[in-house]
Amino acid sequence: MSQRQLSTRKIVNVAGIALIVALSLLALSPLISVLYYVVAHGWRALSLDFFTKLPLPVGETGGGIGHAILGSIILVVMASIISVPIGLGMGVLLSEYRHLRISRLLGSVVDLLASIPSIVIGLFAYAIVVKPFHGFSAHAGAIALSIVMIPIVARTTEEMLKLVSQTVREAGLALGLPRYRMILRIVVKGSLGPILVGVILAVARIAGETAPLLFTAFSSQQWFQGLSQPIASIPVQIYNYAISPYDDWHEKAWGGALILILMVLGLNLSIRLFLARKNQTRSRS
Amino acid sequence: MHPSKTDDTLMPKAFYFLAIWVASLIAVPTTAHAGLFGNQLMVNGAGATFPYPLYSKWFAEYQKLHPDIAINYQSIGSGGGIRQLLDETVDFGASDAPMTDEQLKKAPRPIVHIPATSGAIVMTYHLPPLKSPIKLTGALIADIYQKKITKWTDPRLLELNPELKTLFANGVDSDILVVHRSDGSGTSAVFTEYLSKVSESWKKEVGHGTALRWPTGIGGKGNEGVTSFVKQIPGSIGFVELVFAKTLKLPYALLENPRHEWVDASMESVTAAAEGALKNIPADFRTSITQVNAPNAYPISSFTYLLIPTKPAPGDHGQYRAILDFLKWGLTEGQKLSPALFYAPLPKSLVERILKRVNQLEVAK
Amino acid sequence: MNSHSENRGDRVFRLVLYVFAGIAFALVLGILVFLWNLGWPAIHQLGLRNLFSSEWNPPLHAFGISPFIFGTLVSSFWALVIATPISVSAAILLTDLAPRKFGQVFGFLVEMLAAIPSVVYGLWGLFVVIPWLRVDVQPFLRNHFGFLPFFQGQIYGVSIMAASIILAIMITPTITAICREVFNAVPQVLREGVLAMGSTRFEMIRIAVLKSSKSGILGGMVLGLARALGETMAVTMVIGNTADLSWSLFAPHQTMASAIASEVAEANGLHLSALGVVGLVLLLISGMVFFVMRSILVKKPKGAKR
Repeated sequence: MSQRQLSTRKIVNVAGIALIVALSLLALSPLISVLYYVVAHGWRALSLDFFTKLPLPVGETGGGIGHAILGSIILVVMASIISVPIGLGMGVLLSEYRHLRISRLLGSVVDLLASIPSIVIGLFAYAIVVKPFHGFSAHAGAIALSIVMIPIVARTTEEMLKLVSQTVREAGLALGLPRYRMILRIVVKGSLGPILVGVILAVARIAGETAPLLFTAFSSQQWFQGLSQPIASIPVQIYNYAISPYDDWHEKAWGGALILILMVLGLNLSIRLFLARKNQTRSRS
Repeated sequence: MHPSKTDDTLMPKAFYFLAIWVASLIAVPTTAHAGLFGNQLMVNGAGATFPYPLYSKWFAEYQKLHPDIAINYQSIGSGGGIRQLLDETVDFGASDAPMTDEQLKKAPRPIVHIPATSGAIVMTYHLPPLKSPIKLTGALIADIYQKKITKWTDPRLLELNPELKTLFANGVDSDILVVHRSDGSGTSAVFTEYLSKVSESWKKEVGHGTALRWPTGIGGKGNEGVTSFVKQIPGSIGFVELVFAKTLKLPYALLENPRHEWVDASMESVTAAAEGALKNIPADFRTSITQVNAPNAYPISSFTYLLIPTKPAPGDHGQYRAILDFLKWGLTEGQKLSPALFYAPLPKSLVERILKRVNQLEVAK
Repeated sequence: MNSHSENRGDRVFRLVLYVFAGIAFALVLGILVFLWNLGWPAIHQLGLRNLFSSEWNPPLHAFGISPFIFGTLVSSFWALVIATPISVSAAILLTDLAPRKFGQVFGFLVEMLAAIPSVVYGLWGLFVVIPWLRVDVQPFLRNHFGFLPFFQGQIYGVSIMAASIILAIMITPTITAICREVFNAVPQVLREGVLAMGSTRFEMIRIAVLKSSKSGILGGMVLGLARALGETMAVTMVIGNTADLSWSLFAPHQTMASAIASEVAEANGLHLSALGVVGLVLLLISGMVFFVMRSILVKKPKGAKR
């Protein structure tokens, strides 16, 4: 190998690695930009009024999005009530009955369900709830969100249950427990913490979902009026305000985005730290 | 020994949980309908963005007088409002352009058009500050929107507005960026109906309606979306209701009316158009007031309508009465709020006719 | 694990679980059925040829959905073009270049990209990316590369370029995660062997890691594609909402998802039905991508990670 070839290769090496690093950092720059703008602009919008008041008539400054915050909470709680038990059941089937063909089939179906765009799910919820019952409603929105949530809960539950070591299961069976008791009393009971973590992550995911709500829960300018009425939500409010021409509404949109980001990132960060600490203690014992 | 003692309680326990869960899934929706949660009567409406600033003011003021009624209006465009009305997912609709005969035939309950106010559609634009607004004829607007005029420095524009030349002196990009509507819009319908009147080629090649194939440009969602684009994009032009341009302090053009006068959009010039067209307004109030031949009449004026069924819906528990009461308030007290938001109050004689019609609805109910 | 001695409790429990599984099947089937139901009038009355024409003009009863398919495919394509090199680089950084602590932080940050809701990306795109494109990027491209059809035409800011860029940002974490797994699965001995033969680090990465991970990277790209296809909010807010077929990257467009989002609330009759067909096509394309992905990505046995 000639000296020139060697130095060419060395240069290529440095350049190549520099390129890789540069592109990698490029991947992070949007994150920094988004966080910067959301915090810088959203900060100004936050006030007591922002959290507790209704919007004012168009063009007037002031008011808040209290109704949307409440609406999001209601929708997420309703969606969780529907999807968590179902997702849990699926998770158990996926994890504890892996040897059965139906379990593997379910796995594919769950993945398929997860890959359906959320706007299509919104369209589905529109067709089965809004149209027949002649109206936008919190019900329709919650159903749409729950369909998005079910596969997430199912998969995370499965992951968490799989973490339980096989020896524990065999010990349970060896003691003479019927299979279902072993699953419920030992596997599930022992994984409640991690399962809850999975549910929280799923909640964080759907709290920011907008598309399924656009024509199901729709939107509202009023406080909560009943589950069969349209209901506001933070993401839809952000969307409506963002595409409006009013600076005051733009600021509120950033404020809403700040709330979402704080919640989503905050949840993700704390869960990761929690899991990291748990892994440390686990590996120590 | 443990297993036999606890054996019997797990299964029943699990089933109780399951049963309660399923029961609540069924019970909650069915009881929620009974309005257990809200102490206000909720009235839902949807439609035009053109009058939304005025309506939102109306709703707020009306609710101060009637705190037990909550009116929830979604400004999704006239097309959306008409559709929701026909689907009966809202209690009332709103549209700038009257519904067509075809649409009216599809209505489960007959629909009445109630003019709420009138306003102006202005051509707002984003250019460096000029001493006075630019002038545009209908034909020029049609050509801009048909991509036949693509630059602010086009000779036909310079003829009317020589000052444009200085704005684009040093090779500054002079593309005209056209903004129209992406959603089903009554404002579009009125605007294109006007264009069809002033331009044969527009009438032939594009036509008019709430949604159409715009020859060029990008679409904003609602009057708000168009205003937003024009505000942000230098070189752009769009059509919006007067209040939007005023509130955002955007300039808008002087237009030529059938009398070859240059008219500024204002409460007065819209009123001139409305009054000039009074005698031609039919019994069902469906009409157009564009290109009215009257002194100082603004050429792109329009009524905007609230669309009300002639009888309450089957599931009605007070909404219909609330709507009628609100209508009467809007047609009388509400009109006083129009000028501050640059809408033109309805001519008195028209209001009398409309109130007569609304009272018929009351009786019929 | 003996199914002989299954008692009644076990059987009941299993049946209850089957009911839950049934819900999953029912949902997927239901979505297909209801979308078909919604779209059938358009298919029946307009015929497939009209439905797939290039003219979308509801009041004239023209419901050609090709512009939406075009918008989806083009924006996804450019998103992949932009995102893949970046994602692969980020994955390499994590698996082969970065020290452990830094790698953990970096990896976490990349995953945070995925956690940001779509509507927030749309908000940021509308007020940060669009002005930047309109003022700096697009005029520059038009002035210097205007001979290419991609960089011609009027500059609004809202454009398929904006949508592609934001999509690229959103699918980067997905592709990075898959590539990370794939690169981690490359045996350490392979790396060491190549290095032992005197290669530079970069060469080792090229030869040992990238070359043997081609199908994995492809799988990552397919997964990224799947994510891009269904993205709605961020796209709707920056793409310009115009049913158009244009090669210009500056031109506003509409994707299948953004068409549904913008028009369902006000569509009726055939218009709504045509949007149902759009939903069906989107569903079918997503499904196809899903199955392609399955055949490429073989599930790795747990524990292969470092």
